[in-house]
Amino acid sequence: MRASHIKEQILVPAENLVEISDLNFTYGKRPILKGINMKIPKGKLVAIMGLSGCGKTTTLRLIGGALKPTTGSVKVAGKEVSGLDKEALYKMRRKMGMLFQFGALFTDLSVYENVAFQMREHTDLPETVIRDLVMMKLHAVGLRGAHKLLPSELSGGMARRVALARAIALDPMLMMYDEPFAGLDPISLSVIGNLIRHLNDALGATSIIVTHDIQESLKIVDYVYFMADGVVVAEGSAEDIKASKLPYVHQFVWGEIDGPVSFHYPSPPYRKDLLLESVNAA
Amino acid sequence: MPHRKVGFGLRSIGATVVNGVWRLGYASRFFMMTLISSGASFRRIHLTIREIYFTGVMSLIIILVSGLFVGMVLGLQGYETLQKYGSESALGSLVALSLVRELGPVLAALLFASRAGSAITAEIGLMKATEQLSAMEMMAVDPISRVVAPRFWAGVISMPLLAAMFSAIGVFGGYLVGVVFIGVDEGSFWSQMQAAVDFRQDIVNGVIKSVVFGIAVTAIALFEGYDAPPTAEGVSHATTRTVVTSALVVLGLDFILTVFMFRGV
Repeated sequence: MRASHIKEQILVPAENLVEISDLNFTYGKRPILKGINMKIPKGKLVAIMGLSGCGKTTTLRLIGGALKPTTGSVKVAGKEVSGLDKEALYKMRRKMGMLFQFGALFTDLSVYENVAFQMREHTDLPETVIRDLVMMKLHAVGLRGAHKLLPSELSGGMARRVALARAIALDPMLMMYDEPFAGLDPISLSVIGNLIRHLNDALGATSIIVTHDIQESLKIVDYVYFMADGVVVAEGSAEDIKASKLPYVHQFVWGEIDGPVSFHYPSPPYRKDLLLESVNAA
Repeated sequence: MPHRKVGFGLRSIGATVVNGVWRLGYASRFFMMTLISSGASFRRIHLTIREIYFTGVMSLIIILVSGLFVGMVLGLQGYETLQKYGSESALGSLVALSLVRELGPVLAALLFASRAGSAITAEIGLMKATEQLSAMEMMAVDPISRVVAPRFWAGVISMPLLAAMFSAIGVFGGYLVGVVFIGVDEGSFWSQMQAAVDFRQDIVNGVIKSVVFGIAVTAIALFEGYDAPPTAEGVSHATTRTVVTSALVVLGLDFILTVFMFRGV
């Protein structure tokens, strides 16, 4: 699906914070991304969707500079990410926040210390200011009262919210979410979804969500890029994606068991694996 | 058919050698990066002190208990042998020289590798598996500088102190068995020890050994943790490799250092 009218509405007026052009990436000889193009406008919440292994997280890691493209370009705020040296990359990352799939909280630090981590590392703020900022961030995710707890004492949903508070500690311009809804109960799922949308708007940030949770993410995003096998197969607004007739997107959105994505992994004929053909032949 | 087997064997040997050289190069680069990134370990000394607590202080019990028993066994065995030649009074020098020159640094390093080295590998391996190191990188904080370097210097500082305590408690163990239980003359026990042990030749060389072992064991533990595949099996194998490699490297280094330090003494 090419929702060009939606694309014009959403993408043209705003300046793009992230621009990906003809991006190719291979692990060894295995191609992961095959010439993808994306534009993430400032202030918008954009989802990158697709099945596990389609290259979503790799795209996110390329935007964050954790990987270098084989060919093509990834620009953040006009700067080519792969062209930055370590110092410049770290300077850029101070303006980025990332929520990892399972939070990636530092297990030896309390909730408070986790959120204060970046402030202590990158600023010379006095302890009283750090305390106020940490409490404000924790209040934003509803966990001010849990500041003394250790990550091992938190539920999955709480850990994700603490990680979110940590990610927004320095008010980033770009937020990246890697599977933020994975393994959450329905209440936590809604809470995280609302927080992502609310924080994006409140901070004036730009957000990219990598997810395969179609129902929750379509409620909150402005635009969707749909990936399959390392290429962008569809893009558009949440409504466009829901209404799409493309077999792949339709199967994904409605959770159909069989379709372009086969239920069976490629395999030899069933009868052959059960050794029935050789028995019959004998 | 035999040609194929030979070809396969040669390819397999070649791949093993290439992997080994690649890994050695990666480990050397990792070690250099650790040294280069060590500034923060001293500027923010509380990070290093915290790690000294976990690697050094938490290893004290096993070091002290082992040192005491090793000293007591040395006292018993030494007395048994020396009394045959009427030289029981030399028990003090035998116990002290054995501990200060060899057993203190070597056994303390082996125990340190088992207790602290394996813990360091498991901790860093799990930090990698749970994406804590990636999260740190994404927060523009260098994990080598923030996580690896303080642990490295904590190990290097802790190891000689632990070896010294091992030797000291070992001498006390030898005294306990030799003087208190068996009845060797206390005056000759201490005076013979004082006369036999040379500060430069024995104490300083023992300290140098334990510093070298501390560098080797901690560097191996850190590298294995950092290089561990981010799976339960990967961390488990890395922990085992830390203990086995550290033990072999400590024993090998001990021989080399002993050749240079005590040749002709």
